[in-house]
Amino acid sequence: MRAELINPFLKATVSTFTTMVNTTPTPGKPFVKVEPGLSHDVSGIIGLSGGAKGAVIISFPSETALTTVSAFIGTSVTTVDADVTDAVGELANIIAGAAKADLSGLNVNISLPSVVVGTNHKVNTPKDIPSVVIPFSCTHGEFVVEVCIALT
Amino acid sequence: MKILLVDDSNTMRRIQRNTLSGLGFTDVDEAEDGADAVAKVQAGNYDLVLMDWNMPNMTGIEALKAIRANAQTAAVPVIMVTSESEKTRILEAIQSGATNYIVKPFTPDVLREKLAALGK
Repeated sequence: MRAELINPFLKATVSTFTTMVNTTPTPGKPFVKVEPGLSHDVSGIIGLSGGAKGAVIISFPSETALTTVSAFIGTSVTTVDADVTDAVGELANIIAGAAKADLSGLNVNISLPSVVVGTNHKVNTPKDIPSVVIPFSCTHGEFVVEVCIALT
Repeated sequence: MKILLVDDSNTMRRIQRNTLSGLGFTDVDEAEDGADAVAKVQAGNYDLVLMDWNMPNMTGIEALKAIRANAQTAAVPVIMVTSESEKTRILEAIQSGATNYIVKPFTPDVLREKLAALGK
């Protein structure tokens, strides 16, 4: 997969967390996802269409989701409720929107966010579209951003 | 100053409300989509609208155009607050009558600067 399709999402994640979550996440080495992929507890999903198709997914363990959302909204949250899922969806939306600016030549459209909650769930992506997982660590814990993208 | 916050995300409305409160603006109402925003702007005397772009039912840009098309509300300042950060989108918003534009992610300082630019 072309790095220029992945790097905007890495940059956008660092920028979003630094600006709105008060922590600068450190990216690990990206790797190509091999199905069935990693297990997560809370995932925010944005669909991509237009000049590119696929999805961007930000996934957290529950504890990291809670501490991240607490910092994001400025209020301590202790359970994964509607506020947390809304906030995770909004984080996914902001990251995808910021990345889209770097992909402006492609005329990518982004969907409204969807959020999946469930202990150790897996998010399947289309088999015909390559998917790269970028692991991050920050003061709130570890999380991943998965970029599943192909030009149309 | 009476402000209307428009965003389908409860999280973003909460963050912006807290930010505005920190800047001394506490007379703040909320709308969950563009249609709700247009109705509230027509019914109330708002000094400023902070408008998201991507929302269900009616998008922010559609709501902005509706507000500008109504003589009664045409002069209400509307700042787009959105993750739509491409230059073409910003240009589209300005051409549709947006007073200013804030790209998410943003810091409280950015909101303060945009309000100052409005003389608020």
